Amino acid sequence: MTLLITILVDGQAFTVPDGITVAAALAYTDKQTTRRSVSGQWRTPFCGMGICQECRVTINGLRRPACQTICRENMHIERIQ
Amino acid sequence: MPDLDLYLSRGFNRLDRDFNCELLIVGAGPAGMAAACAAAKSGISIMILDDNPSPGGQIWRDGPAVSLPEEARHYRRQLEQLPNVSLLCGAKLIATVGDKKWLYEQETASGIIRYERLILCSGARELLLPFPGWTLAGVSGAGALQAFIKSGLPVKDQRIALAGSGPLLLAAAQAVKKAGGQVVLLAEQAPASRLARLFLSLWRWPDKLQQSFSLTDPHYRFNSHVLAAEGEGKVERVIVRQGRRRIIVACDRLACGFGLLSNIEPALVLGCAIDGQAIRVDEWQQTSRADIYAAGECAGVGGSELALVTGSIAGYAASGNREAAARLWRERRRWRRFANAMERAFRLDKRLKQLPRPDTLVCRCEDVALQQISGAADWRQAKIHSRCGMGACQGKVCGAATRFLLDWPLATPRVPLAPARLSTLIKAWRAEGKET
Ligand SMILES: Cc1cc2nc3c(=O)[nH]c(=O)nc-3n(C[C@H](O)[C@H](O)[C@H](O)COP(=O)(O)OP(=O)(O)OC[C@H]3O[C@@H](n4cnc5c(N)ncnc54)[C@H](O)[C@@H]3O)c2cc1C
Ligand code: FES
Repeated sequence: MTLLITILVDGQAFTVPDGITVAAALAYTDKQTTRRSVSGQWRTPFCGMGICQECRVTINGLRRPACQTICRENMHIERIQ
Repeated sequence: MPDLDLYLSRGFNRLDRDFNCELLIVGAGPAGMAAACAAAKSGISIMILDDNPSPGGQIWRDGPAVSLPEEARHYRRQLEQLPNVSLLCGAKLIATVGDKKWLYEQETASGIIRYERLILCSGARELLLPFPGWTLAGVSGAGALQAFIKSGLPVKDQRIALAGSGPLLLAAAQAVKKAGGQVVLLAEQAPASRLARLFLSLWRWPDKLQQSFSLTDPHYRFNSHVLAAEGEGKVERVIVRQGRRRIIVACDRLACGFGLLSNIEPALVLGCAIDGQAIRVDEWQQTSRADIYAAGECAGVGGSELALVTGSIAGYAASGNREAAARLWRERRRWRRFANAMERAFRLDKRLKQLPRPDTLVCRCEDVALQQISGAADWRQAKIHSRCGMGACQGKVCGAATRFLLDWPLATPRVPLAPARLSTLIKAWRAEGKET
């Protein structure tokens, strides 16, 4: 059985499998988007390897690439508007 | 600077960690791991740095949905057990700070690593080309989708379209199917004739021949490429050219990768010579700078076998064991031939240069459209006029794309190589003695 942990995305609690990245965890929320582009489009993780920065969100107060950060219990994730 | 002190005191600079080592290896993929294991035999102190949460690089990426092959586990065990090797994960190179010193940043720490010799094993990334709709939610790279799945992305029952070029498309399709997704399209731009020739030459690499059977998929189409992605707010369908026909395929995700490109930014910052797209190396995997070696895909794309053998050669050569290094030359030749065969087979069609329309965004960070930069002579001019390449990715996506689309010359990156915290950058400033 997969162990589950709780994370907070924009203040709302979600339960996700332990050991997954923040980029993958966003798929368990109602919106998978990470940021809004300069011209207002919603974007999602794109390169999967820390290159494109489309996945950068605020994690526990620090700007981090979601695709290279593993979820931890009670992690606070905020999308960048 | 009172504001700065406040910023630092709020815990944004939690850990200060500097290191010294005799040999620094950048990248813990197959090449970096093999280099560390080979060099460790000499007893020198080795540090291996990688920006992923765990070692393995692109091919041996760990995650909840992954069971790593025995070879990967073997190298991992070695790295843990060798007393003179330390591993720094989740760490990005940010900037050079004087001679033989790199500034790095982790989630909550940063610092300076001083080294005597360096082996660059920074691997490769996908060439991501712009086409109408490529910025829609749900569109990603092909290897990227595979990486997302390995790191826990659920794709069960989703319809997934893959398009682009190279063996990674097939590997990504396999990952989709294993995770319960449905592959609805697998469009390869190369013509059938070239792939048939490749297939007929594979008897020389029996493992690869066998692998090619296991990767076959009924949706594989040659001479096909993506034209556009469409949808309201997210991708809902993809339009593809298949031979002479135009077809529309409904999908929940679209993954497009156009082959691999060496990661050469650290080498460019250090002033190492480049050959074509990759770091130039000699028979010892030594770059144009005597104290710097390069191995794996940053010195030429060619798969994990070539990465492993060039990593070992670099590790031996950089630690003074030239005899052991030279014993591996034959094997390197064998895998270089394989790399050349792959490169010939999957060469990109010039027609792909027509993928973006004038209003297609080329720079995803700053939302710059093709028509805003097509008059520029090079990337530097484009940056000045349009902010193309000035955003968070520092031009890593649009720099490579415009080089392919517009034949611009290679542009030298500027540090920082990745977005970094102010507190990290201050360390560079202090290390260079600029503090008053
Ligand atoms: C997304 C992707 C998926 C792939 N999947 C497969 C696959 O399933 N099967 C297969 O046969 N081949 C795959 N490949 C091909 C793969 O690149 C090679 O076969 C193999 O991994 C190359 O080994 P390497 O050691 O040269 O580089 P890599 O494995 O790429 O390792 C390089 C490492 O260096 C790190 N790095 C780079 N720059 C920095 C920096 N500035 N700071 C810190 N760390 C840095 C990278 O994050 C990476 O972990 C994939 C390639 C990509 C791009
Ligand atoms: S998806 Fe590109 S940096 Fe994370």
